[in-house]
Amino acid sequence: MQRSSVLRTQNVSKYFYSPEKTQVLKEVCLDVKKGEFVSVMGKSGCGKSTLLYILSTMDTDYEGQLYIENELVTGLDAKILSRIRNEKIGFVFQFHYLLNEFSALENVKIPAMKLGRYSPEEIEHRVMEKLRIFGMESHALKKVHQLSGGQKQRVAIARALINDPLIIMGDEPTGNLDKSNSDIVFNIFKELATEFHQTMLIVTHDDEFAKGTDRIIEMEDGRII
Amino acid sequence: MKWGLITELAWALMVARGKQTIVAGVGVVFSITMFVALLGFMNGLNSMLDGLILNRTPHIRFYNEVKPNPNQPIQLFDRETHHVIRSIKPSASRLDIHNSGPIMESLSRDPRVLGVTPRITAQVFYNVGTIDITGVVNGVDVAKEADLFSFEDYVTTGNVQDLNNTLNSVILGKGAADRMLAEIGDLIQVTTAQGNRMQLKVVGYFQSGLGDVDNVQSYASINTVQKMLGEPASYVTDIQVKLHDLNLAPAMARELAEVYQVDADDIQTVNAQFETGTQVRSLISYAVGITLLVVSGFGIYNILNMMIYEKMDTIAILKAIGFSGRDVNLIFIIIALIIGVVGGALGLVFGFLAGLGIERIPFETEALPTIKTFPVDFNPKYYVIAGVFSIVTTYFAGYFPAKKASKIDPVDIIRGK
Ligand SMILES: Nc1ncnc2c1ncn2[C@@H]1O[C@H](COP(=O)(O)OP(=O)(O)OP(=O)(O)O)[C@@H](O)[C@H]1O
Ligand SMILES: [Mg+2]
Repeated sequence: MQRSSVLRTQNVSKYFYSPEKTQVLKEVCLDVKKGEFVSVMGKSGCGKSTLLYILSTMDTDYEGQLYIENELVTGLDAKILSRIRNEKIGFVFQFHYLLNEFSALENVKIPAMKLGRYSPEEIEHRVMEKLRIFGMESHALKKVHQLSGGQKQRVAIARALINDPLIIMGDEPTGNLDKSNSDIVFNIFKELATEFHQTMLIVTHDDEFAKGTDRIIEMEDGRII
Repeated sequence: MKWGLITELAWALMVARGKQTIVAGVGVVFSITMFVALLGFMNGLNSMLDGLILNRTPHIRFYNEVKPNPNQPIQLFDRETHHVIRSIKPSASRLDIHNSGPIMESLSRDPRVLGVTPRITAQVFYNVGTIDITGVVNGVDVAKEADLFSFEDYVTTGNVQDLNNTLNSVILGKGAADRMLAEIGDLIQVTTAQGNRMQLKVVGYFQSGLGDVDNVQSYASINTVQKMLGEPASYVTDIQVKLHDLNLAPAMARELAEVYQVDADDIQTVNAQFETGTQVRSLISYAVGITLLVVSGFGIYNILNMMIYEKMDTIAILKAIGFSGRDVNLIFIIIALIIGVVGGALGLVFGFLAGLGIERIPFETEALPTIKTFPVDFNPKYYVIAGVFSIVTTYFAGYFPAKKASKIDPVDIIRGK
């Protein structure tokens, strides 16, 4: 069965102009299919994060085309791109990047409130469900600074999942965690892939992590090899 | 629902920087308080000072001016050519108003007119020993004068009714009385310009607050003055008119001067300089008030800018999870407006209280016998202006920081970590 494409790029190139003009991405073509669990590997500085920012629609300054569900996203209005990020993309960063002013529960809630697809009661219910999956329900009301590093990352993943996104992107989501915590997070991704068939694109330096994924994309010097 | 979320986020950011937010808010409260209190106080003083003059000035005054006759006899002789006549003297025209009775009658029937009262202005000398002091005795209709021009407010000692009850009585200007060493009950002697002499009994002192007036002016009943001048009961030199609407005065003065064939002055022409003074004073208070507001606006601008620098991460995350630049912009505008609305509302309340406070401060001066405390004007206009201004300035104070926040590129921030 031919699975449909979720995320596709065509000859994406990216230049940085300071201090001098350098090409960081060189005609990158990739295609992530529905339900695929893909990892991206490569030496430090080869352009993985840069690529991910483009794929997540946050960076619009590039050449080439980006398609999400076969629809051209390149060149769309910033407001529409925000909507796409809110609805279709879940992002997990190396650092947790939670909002310190809010509790774990509220952090997960905010993207759902923004989307406004469900009523506030339903959202609350769904948030607690997600937190329960990651064993975080008892910490729901804690403020961000009261959580451990691993717990923060689990909340961040719950937040990425709350709107049932098309794809989850992660930039070294375990990079900042110790062995046991990164195992927990890795198992979460694994579970998402096998049980929920969640499409995922994760940048990692961890060989073991990469081996557990469906497909490894190797990058070198701005190119996919 | 979307607004709810945006406001919630704005509120959370404000609470996170609670102290600075409160400091910025206090700035707004302070400036609005000052604005309202200052304008109220200034305009209270303004209307008091204006009242000093305007309350006692007729809106229209009819009189006969001493002037040369515009129709000189030679014009009857030859109408075709130009005439050059030098050293024309005023003719011995009458100072009293011809037909004053019917004129007053018809004036008091005019619906635009609030009240009419006659007056005789008589130039006199107060005879003190061998010295003569020049002065003016005003013959007034006591009841109407009190009614229209708050006459009794300025009579500091004695009762205005005594002018009617006591034969040949006078209320002396305080300054004039001091010069003559005249006590209540004393008899003073006055000589009119025509040379008539008369003894008048002092029944009170009059104090207007204007030294020049109090040094020369005295009041007596109209009959007393007619008797003093040896004129009949129809003799009246001035007719004073008070209107319902002061702004009609110039037009009516022109119109009626024509009808009655007398000279007429309106209050605007006579007192133009008071209008100017009033305007300058309110201009100054507005300028000070607005300066205060602008300064507090910069306070808000600062706190928002600081907040944006401290909350770069938060802004970046919000954008990464799907908030648009417009949403972020709104969040910061709302923060600014919350500070403006809450600070402004408190400022209005405190400003009102400050006004009540100022109104209690004793303010007693020789010159202003009717004033016991500082006057404050509680005109709602100032509160509306202050309220609108607090919101407008805070909006603009928030505008540029909010714009900056909306332009933050999340990639820059996230990469920077
Ligand atoms: N804002 C920038 N201006 C100029 N050059 C940049 C900028 N950001 C990144 N680069 C360069 O682009 C290249 C790719 O950076 P990128 O962050 O994508 O690497 P990476 O593969 O994610 O590395 P790592 O594994 O260390 O995270 C690097 O050589 C980096 O120096
Ligand atoms: Mg990277």
